[in-house]
Formats: sequence, C-alpha cells, structure tokens
Amino acid sequence: MSLIPGSDSSITTIISLLSYVFFIVLIFYGQRIQMYVMIREVENSLHKLRHIKEEGRKNAIDAIKEIGKPTVDPSARVDRYLEYFTIGPQGMDPAGIVNKLDHILDVRDERLKEEVRLMAPSSDETQVNNLENTLEAAMALNFIYKVVRHYYIQGKKTLSLYVIMQIQMILPMVMKEAEAYSSALKAFAYGQPIGDGAGPLVAGKLMQGYETRKLPKDCVMATVPIEGRTALIIKAEGPGGNVGKPGDAVEAVIEENEGKIALLIMIDAGLKLEGEIVGEVSEGIGAAIGGPGVDAYKIEEKLTKYKIRNYAVIVKEDIGDAVSPMRREINDAVDKVIERVKAVIQERTKEGDKVIIVGVGNSIGVGQ
Amino acid sequence: MRMKNMTQNQTQSTSANKKISTYLTMIVLIVMALAVTALLIAVETYFVGDQLAAGVLAGIGLIALMLSVFLLYQSKLQSAQVKIEVPKVMTTIECKCGGKTVREFQRGDYVYKELDVPCQKCPTTKQMITAIYREIKEKEKTFNV
Repeated sequence: MSLIPGSDSSITTIISLLSYVFFIVLIFYGQRIQMYVMIREVENSLHKLRHIKEEGRKNAIDAIKEIGKPTVDPSARVDRYLEYFTIGPQGMDPAGIVNKLDHILDVRDERLKEEVRLMAPSSDETQVNNLENTLEAAMALNFIYKVVRHYYIQGKKTLSLYVIMQIQMILPMVMKEAEAYSSALKAFAYGQPIGDGAGPLVAGKLMQGYETRKLPKDCVMATVPIEGRTALIIKAEGPGGNVGKPGDAVEAVIEENEGKIALLIMIDAGLKLEGEIVGEVSEGIGAAIGGPGVDAYKIEEKLTKYKIRNYAVIVKEDIGDAVSPMRREINDAVDKVIERVKAVIQERTKEGDKVIIVGVGNSIGVGQ
Repeated sequence: MRMKNMTQNQTQSTSANKKISTYLTMIVLIVMALAVTALLIAVETYFVGDQLAAGVLAGIGLIALMLSVFLLYQSKLQSAQVKIEVPKVMTTIECKCGGKTVREFQRGDYVYKELDVPCQKCPTTKQMITAIYREIKEKEKTFNV
C-alpha cells in the first residue's frame, strides 16, 4: 500500500497511513478544529482586552489621584463606579417614554458626577467633567471585556461553534472600539479635544469675540451677526468634557424668540462608511445629534410646532476617531464647515432673519 | 515626567498572551512532522530514480512546512501585539499679527484659550490656542474601488 506508485519503502507506507488517518480525523473533527482556532483567536483578543481594561482602570485611578488629590485611596470607589448600570424605562406603554428616559439620564449624570466629586475633592467643575469622561471610557472598556469574556466562556463550556462564532465574527470591530476607548482615556484625562468635538469647535470659532451666556443645560450661546442675519450660536460649555443638553438649549432659544427662527443648522461629527475620507464635510436635512434620542426628540418637537426648517452639516469620521484625540483632518475641516454654513444661510434665508447654529458634540478641550 | 511618558509611544505587552492553544499547536506540529517526513521520502525517492514522485512529495512537504511555520509565527506575532499607542498631540498657537507656533500639548491647553505668553513679534498682543490635534503617521490603506 503506497501513495506513490513505484515506491514501496516502509516509511512511505507509514506516511500513507498517517495521511489517511489525518484525512479521517479532519472529516470527523474538522468543525471542532475550526472551533478551536476561533476560540484561540477570541482568547488572544480577550487577553488584549483585559490588558487594555486594566490599563484603563489604572489610568483613571492615576488621573483621579493626580487631579483630585483624594485623602483615601479611590481604587475601591473606582471599581464600584466601573460596575454601574442604568436601567431604561419600561416601554410597554410608550406614551411619555422620552421624558422618563430624560429623567433617568439626568439622575445617572448627577449620580456619576457626585461620585467623581467624592473621589476627587480638589477638582474644579472642568476637571470633574474630564474625570467623569475618563471613568466612562474605563467603564466602556470594562463592559466590552466582560461581554467578550462571557461569550468566550460560554463557547468553551458548550463547545458550540455558533456561540463562539457570534463573538469571533464581530471581534475586529470590537477590538477597534476598545482601542479607541483606550486612547480616549488619556485624551479625557488630559482634557484634549476629541473627534466628536468637531461641532463645538466650529461653534466656538464662530463665537470668538462675542459675549456668551449660559443656557440650560450646560450649554452656552452667543449672538453673532453673519451675512446680515442674526446667528444664535449654541454649544456645550467647554473646555470640560461635556455634551450638554442641546435639546433643552434649542427649546429655550426657540421659545425666547417665540418661534421666529428662519432656520436651524446643526453641526456634528458623523460616522463615515469605509472608503469615505476622514474630515469630509457633508450636508443634509434633519436633527444631527446622536445619543439616546431625547435631544433629537425635543428639537424635532419644537421645529414641527413652529415649522422651522432644519439643516445638518456633518464632519465624517469613524468611531475610533470620534472618541480619540482629534485628528488633524477633522480640525482642518472647521473652515470648510463654516463656508458651508455661511452658504446655507445666504441661500436659504433673507437679511434680518434669525438662525440658530448648534455645534453638537463633546466640548472637551474646546473653549468658547 | 507624566507628560513625557504620555507623549512617548508607549508599548506594553503581557506575558499572558503567549498562551497558545494546546490543541492547535498539536495539530500544527503533526502537520510539520508529516511535512518533514514527506521531504525525507522525496529525497529517498529521488535517489531511487523516480524524479516525478520526488518532485510531488517535495512540493507537498514544502507547502505544508511553510504553512505550519507561518501559523506558528502568526500565533507568536498576535501574542506580541498588545500595544497601546499614545499618539503625539500638538497645540497650535496663533497671534493676531499672523505669528504661528506649534508645540506639544501641555496639560491645561484648550482650543480658544488666551495665553499669557506674549508673541515674539508683537509683545503686547495676547496669543490664542487655535488648534489641538494629533498627527497620523501611517497612511490608511486605500482600495481602488
């Protein structure tokens, strides 16, 4: 018995037999071998995630110790913070669910800020915001690690290809997000602007040299003349890490002006598709604002009530760019956005009209 | 010191990642052994005089050997890839006279912050931070589609 005709040495026979055995093993255990390969891949990523998560925790604790000068070790409190969860409102009767969600988010925000104040008693309001953002990034890393670990252990326990496949298939995206949060941690701790701050950066530039006043909640506004129109420019108050509540701010400004607003322009960072260029500026219609949807709902309600037109300008970037220190391309897009905004104002409004311009996003590292 | 650490490209690795699944290593080693055996038989067959069979065996052996070495190398490479890169962040400072300075980010910097440091050209004017950004060294892969 030989694989090679004309060759009949004993070693050839052995190799032939081994080949058959290997072939049969592959027939019966092929899927299992495939599963082991997947488990190993998830295991490698899990080790990496654990390392990133622990680094994140360490960085957050270091930042709290350095900025907040606590009298006791904040590690235990940080660990408790990382495990916080938020339960969404019951949706069986959806009437009024937005207000319930708004309330829950307010309570969460207050609670987390209070925790940070306790952990870092020497920090000012800007630093509290920055530390809160740092801890939220560490919290996200902790959550990602725990979810991947859950699927990994479940896959190993059940030895089910389909359990492990679920996490293995989305692993590249999960790792990308985790790496982005990891780099965001440093940015938040040091108060560096992030990609999501494209909107506030544009609004801040338009506001320069004009007096600002506070708006609900954690937002600021400046009245600026642009192309013969009056522009009411809104952004989250910086330079601390803060997204504010642009929904409440826009609502307040529209009501103050009794709905006599010609146009609302929202500027935000928008997720790009693969193949699109970072920092590309795009224009559209609708409420350009992410998050749980509360602010978008409030803005849309007011716009519909007063029949105000709504335009959106976005700066394209991926999720990694949105939470990590601002890329040069995004920073360079500011002037292009301003040009677009001015063009929209000139083309769509008359002289003397009032327009609202909202720079949506995290104001970390961006003043006014 | 902390600042210096932040701006340097930090690379951290963990020994825990060097774990390689026993099963997979076993399979790779079996394939490797088979490949080596195939190569030995190829030599033997060549001296016997059957050059075609020797060529086929050598081909199979080499491909299998290369694949298994590649797989082991990949495993090691993946293990060593636990790196968290901290990008270099730059601050641009501008003066009304047009003077522009770019320096590394320092804690406390934020965009639109007025600095007390006077401009070298016009010492009476206050300077302002106009941009804080990170440079991307590697160009993204482009796909011609």
